[in-house]
Amino acid sequence: MAAQASAEDAKLDGWVPSLDHATFVDWNRVYEPSEDTFLLLDALFADRAALRASRAIVEIGPGSGVVATYLAKLTRNSVLAVDINEAACALTMRTAEANGARVDVMRGDLCGALRSYSVDALVFNPPYVPTDDEEVGGAGIEASWAGGRNGRRVLDRLLPHVARVLAPAGRFYVVCVAENDPASIVSYLRARGLTGETVLRRRARNEALSVLRFVRAAPS
Amino acid sequence: MRLLTHNMLVSNAKGVSEAEGYPLALEVTEHRREETEFDVETTRKTMETVKYDALRGAARAVAIDLPEVYDGDDADLLRKVHEALCDVHVIEGCLVCPKSGRRFPINNGIPNLLLHEDEL
Repeated sequence: MAAQASAEDAKLDGWVPSLDHATFVDWNRVYEPSEDTFLLLDALFADRAALRASRAIVEIGPGSGVVATYLAKLTRNSVLAVDINEAACALTMRTAEANGARVDVMRGDLCGALRSYSVDALVFNPPYVPTDDEEVGGAGIEASWAGGRNGRRVLDRLLPHVARVLAPAGRFYVVCVAENDPASIVSYLRARGLTGETVLRRRARNEALSVLRFVRAAPS
Repeated sequence: MRLLTHNMLVSNAKGVSEAEGYPLALEVTEHRREETEFDVETTRKTMETVKYDALRGAARAVAIDLPEVYDGDDADLLRKVHEALCDVHVIEGCLVCPKSGRRFPINNGIPNLLLHEDEL
């Protein structure tokens, strides 16, 4: 049994869900997985034991759906993927189906339509690139990466919801770059009862990427 | 959309509080079932975050009758709960805000909870 489990894990280590069904038409409208996506997959793989104990798993901004699909395969559970972009919702559904993963898709704005204490694991790879604020949240492909001032415009809209939607044993994973000032994300959420740390970092071209993980602080 | 997802959703219509906007009423015009593996422990654990009354109401819309009171020691009930939560997919239908009546369509299995700009 243990040998079987580790053989399964070996397959998931470094695996990326197939995107053979996607075409250039999709990549004109949806973010194509890149180094940041792969870093997040690696961080989730490393935390597979805790994630497998999570029941309600939500990804915000799935884009192509690779992370949501990976999470569903990794945890053998269903995952809810929430995206504001209609093309991303449709592609996420196709990616899940092509890879035989159980993913529910909802069109919505961040966590606004999720009830309190409902999420065991929340995952977000936000548009983190520092840009002019005008580029944030547009209808074009730039909305998938344009993060506005300090690359924080979209993340800062989500952060107030994180402590609200996480279940008591909930956890939150977020991708960021150095320009996002990860220390200030940690201190913002610490003030709301969540303890954060960097679980993985990697330099990719001009980006100093990291994945932060937050859990509720034990009551003192 | 699975009913597990429905259980997590709340109306975000303007001026509607979470207590007023939960649960969303579920109207189903098309759904399908896809059997998944049932495990008593997993289902019991899942129920720790699920609101049973909301699940019971939603299950009624897909002709699954759940008893008024949840009993985590009842294996037959847990099997039914698992079917309702995981095996039912709503393909076409609507979610309705219990306070404002705002209707959120479900098309091709994807509920759309986005508000229009003039509703924000």
